[in-house]
Amino acid sequence: MRRGIAATALVAALGVTLAACGSDSGSNDGGSKGSGELSGTVTWWDTSTVGSEDKVFKKIAADFTKKHPKVTIKYVNVPFGDAQNKFKNAAQSGSGAPDVIRSEVAWTPDFANLGYLAPLDGTAALKDQDDFLKQAAASTKYNGKTYAVPQVIDSMGIFYNKKIFKEAGVEVPKSIDELKSVAAKIKQKTGKTGLYLRGDDAYWFLSFLYGEGGDMVNADTKTVTIDNPAGVKAFKTVKDLVDSKAAITDATNGWDNMQAAFKDGKVAMMINGPWAVADTYTGKEFADKANLGIAPVPAGSAAQGAPQGGHNLAVYAGSKNLDASYAFVEYMSSTEVQAQVAKELSLLPTRTSAYGKTEVATNEMITFFKPVVDKAVERPWIPEGGSLFAPLVTEYTKVLTNQSTPEQGAKTAGDSYRKLLKDWK
Amino acid sequence: MAVDTSSQSVAKAAGDSARGRSRGTGKRNGGSRGAVRRSLSTHWYAWAMVAPVVLVIGVIIGYPLVRGIWLSLTDANERNVERSIGVNHIPASYEFVGVDNYVDALTGSQFVGTLGWTLVWTVACVSVTFALGLVLANMLNRKMAGRGVYRMLLILPWAVPGFVSVFAWRFLYDERRGILNQLLAGGGIDAVPWLNDPTWAKFSVIAVNVWLGVPFMMVALLGGLQSIPGEMYEAAEMDGANAWQRFRHITLPGLRSVSTTVILLSTIWTFNMFPVIFLLTRGGPGEATQILVTQAYKFSFEISPRDYAQSSTWGVLILVLLMVFAAVYRRVLRKQGEVW
Repeated sequence: MRRGIAATALVAALGVTLAACGSDSGSNDGGSKGSGELSGTVTWWDTSTVGSEDKVFKKIAADFTKKHPKVTIKYVNVPFGDAQNKFKNAAQSGSGAPDVIRSEVAWTPDFANLGYLAPLDGTAALKDQDDFLKQAAASTKYNGKTYAVPQVIDSMGIFYNKKIFKEAGVEVPKSIDELKSVAAKIKQKTGKTGLYLRGDDAYWFLSFLYGEGGDMVNADTKTVTIDNPAGVKAFKTVKDLVDSKAAITDATNGWDNMQAAFKDGKVAMMINGPWAVADTYTGKEFADKANLGIAPVPAGSAAQGAPQGGHNLAVYAGSKNLDASYAFVEYMSSTEVQAQVAKELSLLPTRTSAYGKTEVATNEMITFFKPVVDKAVERPWIPEGGSLFAPLVTEYTKVLTNQSTPEQGAKTAGDSYRKLLKDWK
Repeated sequence: MAVDTSSQSVAKAAGDSARGRSRGTGKRNGGSRGAVRRSLSTHWYAWAMVAPVVLVIGVIIGYPLVRGIWLSLTDANERNVERSIGVNHIPASYEFVGVDNYVDALTGSQFVGTLGWTLVWTVACVSVTFALGLVLANMLNRKMAGRGVYRMLLILPWAVPGFVSVFAWRFLYDERRGILNQLLAGGGIDAVPWLNDPTWAKFSVIAVNVWLGVPFMMVALLGGLQSIPGEMYEAAEMDGANAWQRFRHITLPGLRSVSTTVILLSTIWTFNMFPVIFLLTRGGPGEATQILVTQAYKFSFEISPRDYAQSSTWGVLILVLLMVFAAVYRRVLRKQGEVW
């Protein structure tokens, strides 16, 4: 009988263990505001570049506690490439999700459509809504509600190494044809490669696509446009840049390789956005910041254009501390913080009033990028907006590595878009 | 240990019930229900001991398996599964679609194409790993100076956590900054696009997997070699057998039981070797090195909206393929007189 008791005890113990495993171990940090004062913990997932931008954002986030001493800000830097998936995993399972996420503009409608984000209309998170740039605010809206607050806005341009350009005696290329001849001259004079073309992320393909007059989709007419003649031509253009050795590319680890090649002066140009400025300045070629030149992306045969991007701050619908999260989002998107970010990181504010500040108005990178952003091509803010890149990057890389022709690549990408967007032409 | 205790207790429990409760079932109603009841009353203690294990396996293997099979018969994706976010609760709205997903997978070119490369990858990895492991095991089975050191060094890849070594390889392979290409450049050879060219990428992932897999093969085969009695070699030598004949007729048959097992294990592991592919190339360039499991992962975690149905379909197909393989393998071995 003694043994029987032992067995029962064992079963019971196992049952308890299982129950313990199953129970939600998520911490509830309260967040009551009985007295009107905010308290509790706000976890923020930031996606800024590690090693340069993250330090500044961490410091600014910590300063929030000066205004609200009872609130603890938990700053977590999640690599940009993983953040979308990590947030989806956490948000769906309901455990481990942050209270506030820095959501890329294309992710925002997707997250909102899935029900992961708290609507912000009428909350403390939105202040002076009319002050936000119209372009920046567009991506925060979904189905008539506001789900995020614009944090930064950006676009792309050519970053070039002035020293190498001087050595080779060339001017900044204004078109793709000029880009090729400039690259050839740089190679001949200095032995260096002209352009680093990022081959593992389709976002870097967009300016070439817009340059040929193409686009991924046309949301007004509900048409897939990636596989029209302009799209095919864009694929041909990038392939030609790599084949003619005007550009080098990588199928993996593109961001690190691009930054390393440019910072070490191995390539003369790259196409990039304001988010790369702070990191680029850490390179040995750019110890003298004046060596970094910046110019609009080269025009294609039909047009000239770069994508409009940026980041929003959104609040997780399941947050246990909504009030403090709203206040934190409001703080992070306030004019003062935006001006500080602009000054230290050259990131573009989303508030009109921030551009009036001296430190913003005199920043060389911002004065360059502001008109670029004004003219940048706006993407359709549909829930599927973020889904368009996965099929495109596969085909983009396949074309660059000679696994399929530009025609096949465009066609396959178009087919997957039509599968994704039901009832689109 | 555990076996002893349970057999004792079963015997004891059987004795108990024979004297006691079994009278009620003594009527022999013949059906299987009676048999179940009898078995329960005789072996209740054994069942009680097994129950926690059955429960745990049921929870951690059975439930996901059944759910995976169910999802593969629906059109579930990220947008229509059940979600509860804070106070919002969104009920599931996906529907049963029968075997549509399977028809799509098996008639489309993507599954068949990926399967083709997965087979090439598996066969190449397993055969090269086995051959290298066999050679190294034979070399290390001889008496030589510093044998212990060599054995230790060769086991090293196994001792390092997989993702660490795969990341190390990724740095070595880097086209412009990697050590491999710098060494080649020193020898005046052009840079090799290890991970940027589809064919080279295939070669590179196989090489890393072989590097990771050799220690296991070597250790397993070394164990097998040491169980072959030395007298047999002596006798063969007396009979005038040369080295090749001794290897062919003593070593290989002696290793049979070990090698069949390691080949089976290695095949299953390689077929589903997620970390090497995922961490080295993420299936790229394009989809050149995508094997079935990494593609299934991509459906379920990388694309948006996440396609749970298609991912589960691929998962079930992988399971079926490996089960068929194991069954065929076993049958072939049994025909050859192997007891397994």
